[in-house]
Amino acid sequence: MSGAQGSYYLPNPSAWPIIGSIGLFTLLLGFMLFLNEGTAGTWLMIFGACVIAFMLIGWFGTVISESEGGLYNDQVGMSFRMSMLWFIFSEIMFFAAFFGALFYTRTLAVPWLADTDLLWPNYEGGWPTAGPKGPVPIDADTAVANPATQFSTIGPWGIPVLNTLLLLSSSITVTIAHHALKQNARGKLILWLGLTVALGVVFLYFQAIEYHHAYTELGLTLGTGVYGGTFFMLTGFHGLHVTIGAIMLMVVWLRCLRGHFKPDNHFAFEASAWYWHFVDTVWVGLFVFVYVF
Amino acid sequence: MATADAAHHDEHHAHPTGILRWITTTNHKDIGTLYLLFSLTMFMVGGLMALVIRAELFQPGLQVVDPHFFNQMTTMHALVMIFGAVMPGFVGFANWMLPMMIGAPDMALPRLNNWSFWILPFAFTMLLSSLLTAGGGPASGWTLYAPLSIQGGMSVDMTIFAIHMMGVSSILGAINVIVTIFNMRAPGMTLLKMPLFVWTWLITAFLLIAVMPVLAGVVTMLLTDRHFDTAFFNPAGGGDPVMFQHIFWFFGHPEVYILILPAFGIISEIIPTFSRKPLFGYTTMVLATAGIAFLSFIVWAHHMFTVGMPLAGELFFMYSTMLIAVPTGVKVFNWVSTMWRGSLTFETPMLFAIAVVFLFTIGGFSGLMLAITPADFQYHDTYFVVAHFHYVLFSGSIMAMMGGAYYWLPKWTGHMYDEKLGKTHFWLNTIFFNITFFPQHFLGLAGMPRRIPDYALQFTEFNVISSIGAFGLGLSQLLFVYVVIKCVRGGEKASDEVWEQPRGLEWTVPSPAPYHTFETPPRVA
Repeated sequence: MSGAQGSYYLPNPSAWPIIGSIGLFTLLLGFMLFLNEGTAGTWLMIFGACVIAFMLIGWFGTVISESEGGLYNDQVGMSFRMSMLWFIFSEIMFFAAFFGALFYTRTLAVPWLADTDLLWPNYEGGWPTAGPKGPVPIDADTAVANPATQFSTIGPWGIPVLNTLLLLSSSITVTIAHHALKQNARGKLILWLGLTVALGVVFLYFQAIEYHHAYTELGLTLGTGVYGGTFFMLTGFHGLHVTIGAIMLMVVWLRCLRGHFKPDNHFAFEASAWYWHFVDTVWVGLFVFVYVF
Repeated sequence: MATADAAHHDEHHAHPTGILRWITTTNHKDIGTLYLLFSLTMFMVGGLMALVIRAELFQPGLQVVDPHFFNQMTTMHALVMIFGAVMPGFVGFANWMLPMMIGAPDMALPRLNNWSFWILPFAFTMLLSSLLTAGGGPASGWTLYAPLSIQGGMSVDMTIFAIHMMGVSSILGAINVIVTIFNMRAPGMTLLKMPLFVWTWLITAFLLIAVMPVLAGVVTMLLTDRHFDTAFFNPAGGGDPVMFQHIFWFFGHPEVYILILPAFGIISEIIPTFSRKPLFGYTTMVLATAGIAFLSFIVWAHHMFTVGMPLAGELFFMYSTMLIAVPTGVKVFNWVSTMWRGSLTFETPMLFAIAVVFLFTIGGFSGLMLAITPADFQYHDTYFVVAHFHYVLFSGSIMAMMGGAYYWLPKWTGHMYDEKLGKTHFWLNTIFFNITFFPQHFLGLAGMPRRIPDYALQFTEFNVISSIGAFGLGLSQLLFVYVVIKCVRGGEKASDEVWEQPRGLEWTVPSPAPYHTFETPPRVA
């Protein structure tokens, strides 16, 4: 259990955490004011986001230089790996809350609402639905004449299935890159990792096109009852996580260009790859439960 | 408190001094101290809010505050006590004790540890300042049930964001705890040799990582329902306000075990020491803790029996809830068996531990009553529920922390606390606690609803008694603060062992524990 090479690295006092707290507080305070029509809201949000970005760059920069400087032994590496896995577990539980909301409304709340005659006797229920007071669903992928009375959904076999293929292949490319790193084939590593990032970016681009399509032509928005809410919150938070994952992989890619990482020791690569597989897996769940069924 | 003199250590790097030392520290003892002081401060703030509630309820009618402010006080009292006093308090104990108990040099991720703490003062600044906004603080109860919370003012947004920050803090802290326990144990410290406090924290940290994100998710839905036009909790859009309760309590029930399991750990350390016997049934204690954690995920809807659920749901959640009595009973019997034929002495920590076993069991039994669905239709949202959760949370969690503080203060500060004052504090605290909360059982059974600033005349006598008890309970905590300060500043020198042959690595290091302990891991036989 004790350090394999030298003792466990205990960092010096650090100012990054308090900077992160200030950034987080400012960001959320700004967001709160923005939502409540406070005047300084937007600027506080931008300032807070910049402080957080500064903190992330500084803090991770410190960790990277400590790591490249050989200060970490195997036990420190194990701490990092374990914490990344538990962090991903917490992310899974975050998505579980939204999947839970989707399953609960679809299988329990909406049928109960349709069964009772007390509130809206003519409400039929079914899925998709925007509720008894919302617009009525029509066939998927059909342009809607009046979004106030009708909405359409995004069918699974257009962009969504393409996006599924994109993300699944990106999981394969990142694995190829990982094997290349282990064999110290740096050129191959940089090529396949770069391809992974590119696939992620294309995914995000398609997702943006799809959102635009939904808002402008299908009458499908966040406000389209419980269908719109679960659809956009699930896919939106997923898209946010793809963005974070792509940024992580991009940073790792830049570090590869600089010659960082060794075949037997490359925590940041592993962590980003795990995160990417997690994002990928969530998408498969989304594709099945949000788009197909 | 303990490490005020960090002089005798550490040649590898210069440390900032003064306030900067505390802001930038990466030392588990410093951070533990910060957590404990923060917890004590929030305990006092939340206590003052409780006294506003009890002052209003001293007599029937409306005298002291208006009903809206009363609702803000019940909401804030709960949020502050749960997220500000109890959870950070236990994290403080974890920070101080876990590395010492498993023979580690520090927590696994010291900088992250600092961040986990330093998010909290910002989160509570956000939460408490919401009281100053137009329309006042959140008044929907700490559970923030939709649709009431959707109709609230900007203070609800501040509460949501404060909860997001507390969630980040808790998740990062819990990850640190788990990784420390799995990766930092000294050679020979196998999992089943770990002190029970370490085990209970391991399982608590797992619960935290599993459910804090769910809380973050549900308050995010609340936020989007408030501002972004979604309809998660609005039936007109196909949503359901009851869904808020389901998701909230999926977090909420494991949360109550997050609040109690470390307390079980603390008293499992105290009782063997003052019984001069090893803990009875160590392995069953570990299994019972794991069992409670597992069950905590499948009992949530017992908080909402009266909301209108299918009969199958009512039955399932009734039986699964009652099952919890089994592992909890195992624990209570194990504590009693540890004391059985032990060579008992009754120093302050032991008094607290015994009181916890006794009073928590009362809370457990009232919980069993509440678990009976048809009976719960009568008890739901009455003062019986208030009495129940104060018996488990005050005379469970908080009194266990007080016992733990007396138990480890000599190790932290190097001084013995004033035993006479400690015992006085114990008796004042315990007597006033019972005066405050025992009558609330009767009030609840007679039908007095909770979270209402006024009541029918027949409830007067018990409310008067309860309010007198509450002020006594509040004042007696000042004695606790005095004892702690006195102990930090001086007192009889504590030996390394402090007590008579206590078990655990923390007693093998000097008192006060040096700034860095176990830089070379001890070998555990």
